Amino acid sequence: MSTFVTKELDAPPPAVLVSGVDKVFGNRKKQVQALTGIDLTIQAGEFVSLIGPSGCGKSTLMRIIADLDTATTGTVEVFGKSAQQARLDQDYGIAFQQAGLLPWRTVGQNIALPLELHGVPHADRVRRVEELVSLVGLAEFRDRYPDELSGGMQQRVAIARSLAERPKLLLMDEPFGALDEMTRERMQAELVRITSQTGAAVVFVTHSIPEAVFLSDRVVVMSPRPGQIKEILDIPFGDERPDLLRESPEFFERVTAVREALHGVPVERANER
Amino acid sequence: MNLAAERTLKIISPIVVGVLLIAVWQVYAEFLQGRNALIPSPTQIIADFVEHLGIILSHTWITAGNALIGLIVGAILAIVLAALAAWLKVIDWMAAPIVAAIAVVPIVALTPIFNAMYGASSQFGRQAIAGIAAFVPVFINVLRGLKQTKPVQRDLFRAYSASGAQTFRRLTLPTALPYLMTGIRIASSVAVISALVAEYFGGPSDGLGTKIATVAKSGDQAFAWAFVFAAIGVGLVFFLATLLLEWLVTRRRGT
Repeated sequence: MSTFVTKELDAPPPAVLVSGVDKVFGNRKKQVQALTGIDLTIQAGEFVSLIGPSGCGKSTLMRIIADLDTATTGTVEVFGKSAQQARLDQDYGIAFQQAGLLPWRTVGQNIALPLELHGVPHADRVRRVEELVSLVGLAEFRDRYPDELSGGMQQRVAIARSLAERPKLLLMDEPFGALDEMTRERMQAELVRITSQTGAAVVFVTHSIPEAVFLSDRVVVMSPRPGQIKEILDIPFGDERPDLLRESPEFFERVTAVREALHGVPVERANER
Repeated sequence: MNLAAERTLKIISPIVVGVLLIAVWQVYAEFLQGRNALIPSPTQIIADFVEHLGIILSHTWITAGNALIGLIVGAILAIVLAALAAWLKVIDWMAAPIVAAIAVVPIVALTPIFNAMYGASSQFGRQAIAGIAAFVPVFINVLRGLKQTKPVQRDLFRAYSASGAQTFRRLTLPTALPYLMTGIRIASSVAVISALVAEYFGGPSDGLGTKIATVAKSGDQAFAWAFVFAAIGVGLVFFLATLLLEWLVTRRRGT
């Protein structure tokens, strides 16, 4: 018994461990199977994208990891704890497609919100906000209100807020979905830089193939009705992701691979692998 | 036209209209209406107003006081009940028909009953009328405001494992605040009108409404008009005060 426990403690628990998760929405009359038999392990520091068409349950899966929804069957562990305990312990930071900023709070006050809710002293809050606004390049906008900012800037505030408590896990549901292409690419580059600095694991929901390839260590391809994991692809580009990567043949190769996984792989290609 | 000129004109034009109206009124009352004058001239009204300022003010305080007490008590009850209704659907369902009934019945219709209940020495009936009238817009607006939080904001607060009290104080309440202010602004006018009109139906022999009715009946038109202008003044002060309050509370925020 004791040796077994020691061995368990030696290996750090994965950031996310999803096993046998099903999710059914609706009542007895009308049921929708949103997720079926999801198994997924995300290691600490790993960047994993969930990609798939609308209705494949990628957002639902992220919400279950965040304990904003609960699995109908199966278990979810975050750093070896239940998803609920991880939420109560604030083990993750979260950002959505909508920034969800509070319009009566300044940029700085919005970023400080989670710190404030968890009783971080005022002086520490001020210091942390100072770090975060410069991390996302909004130092001069700290005292502005959200309605004075562009959509891209609001989203950067939301990302700074998700990083406020130095989480070891970031959950992001299409955070760049509403941004224009140029802003989006710049934000992606910033996110790569930030996550390599902080060493956080990321679960990133998207429906952009290039975005998933550019950001991820692994891309989880999902298919709808019922939501299932179709394929998991490795993206072996390492931590450094310069903008030039987007124009390299290896990048396009991976984009093609993800696209084929999404649309169904031709038989001959599958045999070649 | 540049912006500054436009702004100046915006302020000046209503003043010009007001002065013109008063001038026309003065000319008509003084020279055109003939022997059996029905309408007193502005100068007569002003003279009466100044002459009886003490009396007019003492009645103004009565009416304004009744309206203010009604507004405050009605608004507080409305906020508490709206909070309960937002919190528990059952309370919402129980309150909805009662509030709808209050909203469609002219509240002043209850005045004779209240006067009979509380007698000619109590202002309570009038305050109650103002309170019930003020209750409705505050309740409706606050209840709506408490339901305006966005799903993404609620998700965030849940993800932060914020307590119910934290979520209420930092999300639900600030979201509802502009709605509360709108409700109070509407209620302030309603409270003044109700307090005033309630006085027409009896009760104690003081207050602007009572004076307007009795002085007009006695035939002293200029004096009656002086009371009317005092009533208009009360309504304006209430409206401007709540407008200022609304501006103070909501200026530091986006839409």
